[in-house]
Amino acid sequence: MKATSLLAVLLLPLCPASAHAQVAVQAEMLYPMTGDLRPIENGVVLCGKNGRIEKVGPPGEVPIPEGYRILKAKVATPGFIDAHATVGLSGILNIDRQDQEQLEKSAPIQPELRAIDAYNGRDPLVKWVRELGITTVHTGHAPGALMAGQTMILKTNVTAITNAEKDTLRPFAMVAGTLGPDGFGGGGKSPGSRAKSLAMLREQLFKVQGHVRKRKKLEEGETAEPDLRLDALAEVLEGKVPLLITAQRHHDIAAALRLQKEFGFRLVLDGASEAYLLLEEIKKAGVPVLVHPTMARPYGERENMTFTLAARLHAAGIPFAFQSGYEGYVPKTRVVHFEAALAVAYGLPHEIALAGCTSAAARLLGIADRVGSLQPGLEADLALFDGDPLETVTHCTGVVINGVVVSEEVK
Amino acid sequence: MFSSLRYLAPLATLVAIAVASLGGGQETPSGLTAYVGAHIIPVTAPEIEDGVLLVKGETIAAVGKRGEVVIPEGAEVIDLKGKVLFPGLVCTHSHIGKVQGGDGSSPIQPGVRVLDSIDVLDSTFEKARAGGITMANLMSGSGHLLSGQTAYLKLRDGKTIEDLAVRNEDGSMAGGIKMANGTNSIRGSGGSPGTRGKSAALVRAQFIKAQRYREKMAKGGDDPPERDLAMEALVEVLEGKRVVHHHTHRHDDIITVLRLKKEFGFKVVLHHVSEAWKVADEIAEAGVSCSIIYLDSPGGKLEARDLEWKNGAELEKRGVLTAFHTDDPINDSRWFLRSAGLAVRSGMSRQKALEAVTIAGAEMMDQAGQTGSLTAGKKADFIVLNGDPLSIYTRILETHVEGKKVFDLDNPEDKLWAEGGFGAGHRRRVSGCCFTK
Repeated sequence: MKATSLLAVLLLPLCPASAHAQVAVQAEMLYPMTGDLRPIENGVVLCGKNGRIEKVGPPGEVPIPEGYRILKAKVATPGFIDAHATVGLSGILNIDRQDQEQLEKSAPIQPELRAIDAYNGRDPLVKWVRELGITTVHTGHAPGALMAGQTMILKTNVTAITNAEKDTLRPFAMVAGTLGPDGFGGGGKSPGSRAKSLAMLREQLFKVQGHVRKRKKLEEGETAEPDLRLDALAEVLEGKVPLLITAQRHHDIAAALRLQKEFGFRLVLDGASEAYLLLEEIKKAGVPVLVHPTMARPYGERENMTFTLAARLHAAGIPFAFQSGYEGYVPKTRVVHFEAALAVAYGLPHEIALAGCTSAAARLLGIADRVGSLQPGLEADLALFDGDPLETVTHCTGVVINGVVVSEEVK
Repeated sequence: MFSSLRYLAPLATLVAIAVASLGGGQETPSGLTAYVGAHIIPVTAPEIEDGVLLVKGETIAAVGKRGEVVIPEGAEVIDLKGKVLFPGLVCTHSHIGKVQGGDGSSPIQPGVRVLDSIDVLDSTFEKARAGGITMANLMSGSGHLLSGQTAYLKLRDGKTIEDLAVRNEDGSMAGGIKMANGTNSIRGSGGSPGTRGKSAALVRAQFIKAQRYREKMAKGGDDPPERDLAMEALVEVLEGKRVVHHHTHRHDDIITVLRLKKEFGFKVVLHHVSEAWKVADEIAEAGVSCSIIYLDSPGGKLEARDLEWKNGAELEKRGVLTAFHTDDPINDSRWFLRSAGLAVRSGMSRQKALEAVTIAGAEMMDQAGQTGSLTAGKKADFIVLNGDPLSIYTRILETHVEGKKVFDLDNPEDKLWAEGGFGAGHRRRVSGCCFTK
């Protein structure tokens, strides 16, 4: 990336309209996803040399300076955010020990497994979602173990993580766990029941409390013996990193809320198929929801899921965002805005669906100061479309990340 | 690609009905319903603004513009202004109803009928109706080279498989046969093949055996061979009475199916056909049809790595008869219309994409004379939509099979199947009394 930007600076005076020129996006309908979420007609976004947005507004207010490369589109939005994915870990081929890095079943609780150590940015599915307009993903260890590992947040143009801080928005975003049978050990391994799952989690978190207490007592200059597991969970108990709990059944959701109350960590509910039975409780706990894909399959723990869940969470005033989730077979990844689109058919207002994979997703993930809306100073990530971005027949016609055009494929 | 003659047959029926009406002296035309004011998409004829669909009993009596279709006195008139009328959807490949085929005992089991396994009260049937599907080909899986006889079903409101079955002329239940090649059917144990070469050899050996059986049967005489269920089914395949529905993904596996078809002369529909775009010329030349699937991303297994959305467009360019399928539960039946949207997104024409969820599938199941379009004389299999079939925001409001409403979004119980919610995974009649949302 560095070499590219340097090249851009060097070439700029010579050939101002080259691929490395600064980009201006001009859209018949521009969705900045700010304020009342209404689009601007014939809106313009100027992308700065530093990869950040310079200006946003109607053409009269934002003239395009000479030398900018103008990308025109019917519709432009902030680059989409997939608020919970496994792309880059759960690869296209679905071959164990080859490209399936999303779940390690050797122990039930392994929060020390880092997403940054498991990510393959060159997996074809990363390109697939990028070319459809997704610029940021919250990805990492999948549901399927009591505590499967860490997640992270990064842009879809990152091919390899050589510097965890620079190459990601959050190298350690959340710890991912699962309640209910989907999180059981299997093959006689613990946990084998719901009660055992909670007992194991509580026991582990009490240990972490002890660890945190010990760390606080250290004299100046003293350092604690590193413990990957306890250190990772200390981040959770200290409120720096949320615990993401995948729970589909109402009693598993209730158990997650109970655990949150006991230990006071930041909880993010995931999947939450039966959340419609506990709207008041979830709202009262101030817990946001990563709603299951609208097209998730309604079997097993999800047999009572409804396509109206996003609409109901919205009506109840519970913050939520859309996700592609995890798929064990086909399609190996879902596409987050396809899931959002169907929620509109089942009662969610259109602009709220768009927010659920842009601005609201960014807020839920704690990255709204960087991405998710089109405002001066934020990172210049945009997706361009030849129609309503949520309609199946619409194509994504261009993708910009950090002010650089990363795709002009018509997808 | 469709034989246009097939579509003329129902016209004769229309004329017959018209003549009967003109004949006078007929009793009040009870059992007549006129759906008036909808935008009608007949699929095999131009779209009609402000149309009339006249249904008599199980059958479409007339389709046309308001004013041009005479609505007989006594007909019930239903106003559908602002709605869209579309043929019932046809899914050529579905696994609803907990359908099963052969077991693990051998890779080729033609004697097994899936109709003996299907639970027609399962919630997946209700969900398929909510998805607008009026006819489906229920198939066993792809873990065998040949896993059983498939069942063509109309999604009538019935209690038994007999109530739902599509019938052959002799009254027997209609269906094809499910075959597969490539990775899924290569298991390397329990008599299953370990390679592609062995897979083809096992299939060829069975068909050669069936050819001998057929010759013996044809000879007749005093000493006919013992009844052999497997051979009987394969003879039906050889005689073109039973269509082969062949799971296949990779380009070389597709070509293998075409080679076997050439050797044994069976009628075949290629299913999934992930790499159709690589061998589209060969598929077109072989004159076979394709039932393809649209997935939101490629991969999930090596064979589907190169699956491309452009398959539909590439097949259309070459005139290949192309239908879509849900492969439910791979794609839930309630999202079937989305396939047409993805096809159009990737270069297929609107017309061919709409045919691919209706008439093309009916053609592949030899039922195009009965269903698959809104055509006078055909069965009244249709859905009522609140918008264009290609829009993601469009909802299916009603599904009608043979003139009878089998799904109504206004009915709370049906709404549960359509949208999900507490109890949506349960069968209708077992717990239908006590759902709360």
